[in-house]
Amino acid sequence: MVFFGGTPFELNRIMLIRILVAVVIILIFTLGTRRMKVVPGRGQSLIEVGLDFVRVGIAEDLLGKKDGKRFLPILTTFFFMIIAMNFTGVVPGLNLAGTAVIGVPLLLAAIAYVTWIYAGLRKHPGKFLRNALFPPGVPWPLYIIVTPIEFISTFLVRPVTHTLRLLMNMIVGHLLLVLFFLATSFFFFEAPGLYKLFGIGTLAFAFAFTLLELLVIVLQAYVFTILTAVYLQLALADEH
Amino acid sequence: MLPTILSAAAAEPAHNPLIPSVPDLIWSFVIFVVLFIFFWKKILPNVQKNLDKRSELIEGGIKKAENAQAEAAAALEKYNEQLAEARAEAAKIRDQARQDGTKILNELKEQASAEAARITINAQATIEAERQSALVSLRSEVGSLAIDLASGVIGQSLSDDKNAANLVDQFLADLEHSEKTAKPESVN
Repeated sequence: MVFFGGTPFELNRIMLIRILVAVVIILIFTLGTRRMKVVPGRGQSLIEVGLDFVRVGIAEDLLGKKDGKRFLPILTTFFFMIIAMNFTGVVPGLNLAGTAVIGVPLLLAAIAYVTWIYAGLRKHPGKFLRNALFPPGVPWPLYIIVTPIEFISTFLVRPVTHTLRLLMNMIVGHLLLVLFFLATSFFFFEAPGLYKLFGIGTLAFAFAFTLLELLVIVLQAYVFTILTAVYLQLALADEH
Repeated sequence: MLPTILSAAAAEPAHNPLIPSVPDLIWSFVIFVVLFIFFWKKILPNVQKNLDKRSELIEGGIKKAENAQAEAAAALEKYNEQLAEARAEAAKIRDQARQDGTKILNELKEQASAEAARITINAQATIEAERQSALVSLRSEVGSLAIDLASGVIGQSLSDDKNAANLVDQFLADLEHSEKTAKPESVN
């Protein structure tokens, strides 16, 4: 399951899953919007509900119409890429979330980081960093404390938590499911006698945690996207 | 499938999950760029175009409905106007008819009273003629009667006497005169 081993383009299982996800996303959205009608059919309605969720619920809600439209492509890509890659964690046969390895969360968090800093610098050139590090309205001696805290929380902790929140949720979900499925397999096929009954319990837990994972999948995609929008909003806000 | 992962994980136990490998980043980046361009250049403009078209259609529909409503209101107004006109016309005709009726009635009344007056006048004329003839016959009869009576009273004929004839004439003239003065009263 490893192609181009040893080169920078090494394709292991998780990379293949990610490529599969990208292909599926492109297929679904291409087919769903192939013949856009003013009065949508069932398929088009579903696609529109998904896109509207990001457009109205996240972008326009937090950033307003104008900025919302500006950053809509990046937010839409974030949301659907994360939700689809999260989803592979509960797809039988794949069983591994594309976001459960640090590459995607780190890359997306870095893109978000660069984007909101760029947006802030462009909107308030010069004033952006000053407002971020020296919040107006604070007596100047307090800057000795406030400025390092602001610097660490805004420019260091923010991208790290942004990455780890998604990554850890997915890793933990994956580990839990693997644990329960392996335990079930062990109890059913290898444990002696009545120990096999434990398998029923572990299978039930696996089922319950799969449902929980479904919730986490949607929630984490939403949280990651909305946090990106919030960072953008804070950077674009006229006053801090 | 699961044992594969476990063995893979077991094979590199020292690998820190927080340190990304180069292929991991490269493939993530490629996939992100592909999806980003896909959404940015293809899907979102398509969807936006469709949304614009839809809102345009809805606005057009609203406008059309407004126009139709205005037209209906205008038609209603026109209809009401015509109705009012028709009502006024009917009232006018009714008044005219009433006036005509009154006029006809008055004319008839006038005709009837004229006829009545005519009949009355005729009757009076007849009565007057009757009276005149009665008077004439009465006068001659009364003259001879009086002469006869007087002849009887005085015992001799007065018919040949010139004086007697004058006396009688005188008396009758007086009588006639008094008759004429009393006449208007009798007419009325």
